[in-house]
Amino acid sequence: MNLSSIIESGFKEIWAHWFRSLLTMFGVILGVASLVTMSAFVKGKENLLKDSLAESGGLERIIVDDNDDLPDYQKHLEDEANGMTLKDVYALQKNAPLVYNVTPVIEKRSYRGSLRVSRKGKRVRYASVKGTWPSLMEIEEHELEHGRVFSDMDDLLANTVCIIGTQIRNDLFGEYDNQGEEIVPIGEKIMINYIPFKIIGMFKQYMSEEDRKKKEEARAAGQTVARPDFRAAYMSGDRQSGTAMRIYSMKNSTIMIPINTLVSKLDSDYDRGSNMDRSLSKVAMKIYDVSTLEKSLQQVRNVLMQTHKGLEDFEFETQEGFAGDINLSIQNERISGMFIAGICLLVGGIGIVNIMLSSISERVREIGIRKSIGATNMDVFLQILTESIVIAVAGGIAGLIVSPILVNTLASFADNTTPPVMTAFAMAVAFGFSVITGSLAGLFPAIKAAKLDPIQALRYD
Amino acid sequence: MPLLELRDIHKTYHLGGETIRALDGVSLDIDSGEFISIIGPSGSGKSTLMHILGCLDTPTSGTINLDGMMIHDASARQLAAIRNKKIGFVFQFFNLLPKLTVRQNVELPMIYSGLSGKERRERAMNSLSSVNMEDRSKHRPSQLSGGQQQRAAIARALVNDPRIIFADEPTGNLDSNTGVLILEMFDKLHQEGRTVMLVTHDPEIAAVTPRRIEIRDGKIANEIDPKLAGEIPKFGQSK
Repeated sequence: MNLSSIIESGFKEIWAHWFRSLLTMFGVILGVASLVTMSAFVKGKENLLKDSLAESGGLERIIVDDNDDLPDYQKHLEDEANGMTLKDVYALQKNAPLVYNVTPVIEKRSYRGSLRVSRKGKRVRYASVKGTWPSLMEIEEHELEHGRVFSDMDDLLANTVCIIGTQIRNDLFGEYDNQGEEIVPIGEKIMINYIPFKIIGMFKQYMSEEDRKKKEEARAAGQTVARPDFRAAYMSGDRQSGTAMRIYSMKNSTIMIPINTLVSKLDSDYDRGSNMDRSLSKVAMKIYDVSTLEKSLQQVRNVLMQTHKGLEDFEFETQEGFAGDINLSIQNERISGMFIAGICLLVGGIGIVNIMLSSISERVREIGIRKSIGATNMDVFLQILTESIVIAVAGGIAGLIVSPILVNTLASFADNTTPPVMTAFAMAVAFGFSVITGSLAGLFPAIKAAKLDPIQALRYD
Repeated sequence: MPLLELRDIHKTYHLGGETIRALDGVSLDIDSGEFISIIGPSGSGKSTLMHILGCLDTPTSGTINLDGMMIHDASARQLAAIRNKKIGFVFQFFNLLPKLTVRQNVELPMIYSGLSGKERRERAMNSLSSVNMEDRSKHRPSQLSGGQQQRAAIARALVNDPRIIFADEPTGNLDSNTGVLILEMFDKLHQEGRTVMLVTHDPEIAAVTPRRIEIRDGKIANEIDPKLAGEIPKFGQSK
């Protein structure tokens, strides 16, 4: 008996009991659909987290922070610990060849009260003013959309110029003017701690792919769209998505000014002489190759131990922890989703076993007849197995058809979660599992049918 | 050399500690082209004999040579192939598959011998026309009378051109007029040179065949063979 006639007879048999077969398929449909849906949501979250990791500089970004907590044996030298200074930056530029773009950063944040960003009575809710060099733009993945970057001359002369993020623009100028055009406030003045700064550049708006799509759709429809609410996501327990969304929000609230401008114009409390000794919030840099992360950290540490007279008053902040957290949580969600889908498929498989067993007990006589006219045990085995696989495959295909509907429905119910991403790979895996389920489920009934004694089967009523 | 050669066939069953000798030393030669009936009351072992001859069952001991093949120790797979190619069955209850049309039923043995769809259709139609059923090929068995169903079953038995046809009470489920028509059909097959074996409990039906073998308690109790006797005695007198 050749394969095509086996499959043909399998389809006929299933069509003859189409309602029963459909009910049986539901288990497989649910299993496949839940597998695809689960992986779509996990993939969506993974994409957002990975994007936000890249958005904050990727794994190549290293930050050296102050660390006030000296090791015990150095506690008595606390007064000597100056933290990071520009001297360290120059030393690293010269002596640490595994890193590049070594950049000093002094950061002031509005919510600490020491900073006030305003214009004509309007005040920015949250701003992060960073006195730095333009090379920070590459490290923190900033892109300038309008205007220019400040020059070395701006830095040297401590010019009061700034580059702003779109959120600052939104708070002080509004996003769109009366004609619906985007407002580009290049050349305008804003007040930082009552000192006027000229806006010379503006970054592009940072947002996740999905938010970008939503915004464009809303623009096309002539509506405004609410800002993605990272606080809601954070509070509702999805901490990582909240963190990821906050990265976008924080980038949009950046104001970048030359570091000398910050020290000489905004540092009212600084009175210790040379700018070279001004302690920095942090030193940011990039490594050339992620695989040399350990070596690079060691090299930076060696240089800093020289400039800090052996005092270990600094610590490294890498994104490895964040990346590890991402992988761990994605893995956990994947496993729990797989578990649920696996149970669905198992239940579906048991349903198939059940229906095939009752089907063969209805068809004992048919099997006897087939054997009497020359069907081998293998022919009977393959016939029953094929019917079971056909049910499972049909269920799998139906599950694949249902899953986009399910994904979209669930996504529309849950606004705060990350948008799901369906992948061909997940669909292929789900379909493969349905085939395996069908094969395993058909095995036992098929063996039972093949073992039937033809004489007994012919007598059976 | 005979078509079927049985030597000292035994078949024993064990039912609840009791040993049942369904066949107890049967030896038999059947030549190609013979028309034979096996007769005996129920429980005599005639069905067991037919099952063993028809390769549905294997004997406990003894040898069977069918058309040059020793089938008493053949594997299940070989037996299936022999049933498919060398043996045709006609049953009391017709045993057509109700979900298939008459033509699909007749095609069934050829599906298992791996013929192409086109060849299957041609041969099925030829076989159906030899039993005058070609105009019913698209009907389902449930739409046919008993006699028509049995003719379809005969067409199915013939379709792979078997060496021997076994008919197990072929008229048992038919009225007497239709039964006679079916028996005439077997006679016609015999005239065409086919080997046909009827299995029945009814001496009147057995009377249509020249050679009759009576089974009782698993043994050949009586045999009427025109080759040996020269004439056909009326059945029942020789007892």
